[in-house]
Amino acid sequence: MKLNVNGVEHALESGALTPLLHVLREELGVTSPKAGCQSGGCGACTVLVDGEPRRSCLTPLGAVDGAEVTTIEGIGDAHDLHPVQEAFHTLHAAQCGFCTPGMIVATVALLKRLPQPGRREIERALSGHICRCTGYVKIVEAVEAAAGGSR
Amino acid sequence: MASEVLLPTSPAEAASAFGDGSGVTVVAGGTIALPDITHGRMHPARVLMLARSGLDRIERSGGAVTIGAATPVAALVDGDEPLASAAAHVGDDEIRGQATVGGNLCASAGETPRGDLQAPLIALGARVRSAGAGGERVESLEDFLAADSSRLVLDVTYDDTPRSAGYAAAWRPHAHHYTILAVAAVREGGETRVAVTGGGPTGRRCPSVEAALAGGASTRDAAATVLDDVDPADDALASAWYRRRVLPGLVQKALDSLAG
Ligand SMILES: Cc1cc2nc3c(=O)[nH]c(=O)nc-3n(C[C@H](O)[C@H](O)[C@H](O)COP(=O)(O)OP(=O)(O)OC[C@H]3O[C@@H](n4cnc5c(N)ncnc54)[C@H](O)[C@@H]3O)c2cc1C
Ligand code: FES
Ligand code: FES
Repeated sequence: MKLNVNGVEHALESGALTPLLHVLREELGVTSPKAGCQSGGCGACTVLVDGEPRRSCLTPLGAVDGAEVTTIEGIGDAHDLHPVQEAFHTLHAAQCGFCTPGMIVATVALLKRLPQPGRREIERALSGHICRCTGYVKIVEAVEAAAGGSR
Repeated sequence: MASEVLLPTSPAEAASAFGDGSGVTVVAGGTIALPDITHGRMHPARVLMLARSGLDRIERSGGAVTIGAATPVAALVDGDEPLASAAAHVGDDEIRGQATVGGNLCASAGETPRGDLQAPLIALGARVRSAGAGGERVESLEDFLAADSSRLVLDVTYDDTPRSAGYAAAWRPHAHHYTILAVAAVREGGETRVAVTGGGPTGRRCPSVEAALAGGASTRDAAATVLDDVDPADDALASAWYRRRVLPGLVQKALDSLAG
């Protein structure tokens, strides 16, 4: 099976029932998707599959054979932050950072679909993403700022 | 032990790979099944994955709406009521993008709520087409759920006809707003069908409520009879006592929102 991860093609050895999360972290060493609940309930493992946010812990490799996967490593790095990363950084929307890769990829997908989301739309898009330390106020502010808000 | 994995690329291939179903575990969206496999709660010998089966289409033709089993729940959110309201409350955007209709109908009752689309589909008068032992079969969703047999769901169909729909629900505020109870009501022509989520392990039709309405009872009196139709349980979301207290009010609310 194959995946294109952050623009690079990989031929894979993992079996068809291996969760995409484990393929990324263990076979490919892409560690930004976090293994939180591993049951679909926390959002920490979220990556983009062909542009759509997906829980990688719920996604068997066989179902996404040949897909394009984007993780936060493919969105921006420390020297070249994506505007969403920049907003999370400057507005202190990350403390421990465990939920942050999932929050950011989901935000990138939201802003692509809806460049000027209202607060309800932001809350809806991130409702499956649990943050246990920052709280959600700063996170929602960062999404608003990244969307070009005045803050 | 490694599982054998089958990835059919058409509905016919899926049905033939399923055969009589013995020893086959279906994985559709995987939102329930994959964690069960990952965490060793399930050790399937053969897995039939529906990801490429082509069973993910919604068709509206010949006076009927047909929803393929592998259609994601997200595709229903802007569709017909009362299914749309129930779909909109399944998990979150990302879960809805992956969770399928067939998985929702076939999920065994678990500690988290799972079959929230069953009651609205019963209220819509849905029929299930399935494959398995003895070949293909079409039956009402109530019969399908009652049979508890292991068959491959191919699609569900309901009449594409003018209707009035009502939906009322109680949610448990949590990271995900799990549905404790929901009532789906549909009036088509002179007939009203009512079904409940949270009144038992699967969605349930409410014959007592329907009979009371047909006999001319007020919505309040008809709603009170719902307690004869359900057998709610205690679970992590709510007690059976609470469900019995709240349900008649929700039934009345759903009925009152139907047009004459
Ligand atoms: C965070 C979270 C929140 C959730 N919230 C809700 C909620 O609010 N309401 C709700 O109803 N559910 C909820 N669920 C449960 C689940 O996502 C849904 O019930 C979903 O519709 C299941 O579909 P699936 O395709 O993912 O099923 P799968 O996991 O693929 O399969 C579930 C079961 O059905 C069988 N199956 C699947 N498709 C077929 C078929 N076509 N024929 C025969 N058998 C089949 C499988 O073998 C398995 O036993 C939630 C799950 C998570 C992780
Ligand atoms: S690790 Fe996937 S949702 Fe929690
Ligand atoms: S920053 Fe720690 S969980 Fe969100």
